[in-house]
Amino acid sequence: MNAPVHFDPLSDAHAISLDQFDPSDPKLYQDDIYAPYFERLRREDPVHWRENGMYGSFWSITKYKDIMQVETNPQVFSSDYRLGGIIITDREMQYRRPSFISMDPPEHDEQRKVVSPIVAPMNLQKMAGTIRERTGRVLDGLPRGETFDFVPRVAIELTTQMLATLFDFPFEDRHKLTYWSDTVTADVNAGGEVDSEAKRFEILGQALEYFTRLWHERANSEPRPDLISMLAHGEATRDLYKKPQEFLGNLGLLIVGGNDTTRNSMSGGIWALNKHPDEYRKLRENPTLVTSLVPEIIRWQTPILHMRRNAVADFEVGGKQIRAGDKVIMWYISGNRDEEGIERPNEFIIDRARPRQHLSFGFGIHRCVGNRLAELQLTILWEEILKRFPMIELMDEPERLYSNQIHGITSLPVRIPA
Amino acid sequence: MLKVTYIQYDGTAHDVFVPEGLSVMRGAVDNAVPGIDADCGGECACATCHVYVELEWLNKTGLPPEGSQEASMLSFAAVSQPNSRLACQIAMTPELDGLVVRLPEGQH
Repeated sequence: MNAPVHFDPLSDAHAISLDQFDPSDPKLYQDDIYAPYFERLRREDPVHWRENGMYGSFWSITKYKDIMQVETNPQVFSSDYRLGGIIITDREMQYRRPSFISMDPPEHDEQRKVVSPIVAPMNLQKMAGTIRERTGRVLDGLPRGETFDFVPRVAIELTTQMLATLFDFPFEDRHKLTYWSDTVTADVNAGGEVDSEAKRFEILGQALEYFTRLWHERANSEPRPDLISMLAHGEATRDLYKKPQEFLGNLGLLIVGGNDTTRNSMSGGIWALNKHPDEYRKLRENPTLVTSLVPEIIRWQTPILHMRRNAVADFEVGGKQIRAGDKVIMWYISGNRDEEGIERPNEFIIDRARPRQHLSFGFGIHRCVGNRLAELQLTILWEEILKRFPMIELMDEPERLYSNQIHGITSLPVRIPA
Repeated sequence: MLKVTYIQYDGTAHDVFVPEGLSVMRGAVDNAVPGIDADCGGECACATCHVYVELEWLNKTGLPPEGSQEASMLSFAAVSQPNSRLACQIAMTPELDGLVVRLPEGQH
């Protein structure tokens, strides 16, 4: 093996040799300096091999159409956890937690179909009233004329409440869900509590215990429309509790899916509109633009930076020969800025013609199951904000998460004018 | 130009004229027919151009082949029925002139 080539994310993105560039360095995203690097990759080496990076050796797929090609060929590009799963980090087998997102058909299909009815159109309509009422209550409780952190007060609070409802989780314990979700996604080098896979395993043990109790309660009652009951009664999933790692994997998937993504799009929207005051004004003058604002925020934020696939056969992408066994990373954050896939991709335009044509939810059989719920939560949030506040002002730059997986905003100081 | 009628979930009908070779999805999107989202733009990768083909047209449009990407994507759609198709996978031909499709309650 070659020695790792050192990469300094603060080097000149336009001058550095691309062999040195490591797209997996979480600093790039924490410091919000990734954009010029990906711009260069899209132009000069859109399907890029990195040997011995911080997270191993891997292909980076950076263009919209190439990502679409990988997404729509699951027979070649596997998600199977045994081959490496869907996240760039290579975990030891004992720490891999399988779930339907890290499986291929037919297992994936059977398990996904158990939970997907919770976000069916009819069910979303039923949830809309509750979401609106809670959103209104959270917004009405915000201070005026003083700076506060939007992330815990609004983004985390609203997404946590939503999760509690989806799981029918004891409401007073709902912050455990956020804690476990952050535990699942934490980078062990971020300097937080989860500093090893063993530590992660330990914390998730508490989640396993809690959920196992809820599981048995639900399994012994009539089926109800909450995620735990649906899993406990679903034909393809009713034995999950006997496989603790897979049980945790699926719970983790559903918690993270409902948590990080929407949370960071809520915060990302405030940030984007403040950075584009003309668009914010356009929105105030015409609140019906919320319909196209919401998908544009989701594109702009791209809350999931990448997804991984594992090649099981040789396959050509963008003129490069990918070999069976290679690790393949689809950088959604880059594909969403590709001018060959999206018109004027580097502009935040709240009334785009085709705003939903973006990669943030993925495409193909693993496309985000909760995408319409996420859009509904964000739509209601913005409708209710516009009814109340002409402006939520950004008071300082956000703090961002050390992660190459979650495009996270950890702190966002804002003020509502008195 | 070939005629396609899209009937929204609430019963509102839209008659649209689509050039030969274009997809039934494109016909809806280009003419701003509400109820077809087509998030992926015609790659058969999102199932948000889901339609129900009126039964008398089903022998002409056919059904997605078993094991195809379209069949797989449709199997994840919220309210799929035996006459479900993805509109991006139906290309307009003269024999489909007059086609009638119904839209589901929501695209998902």
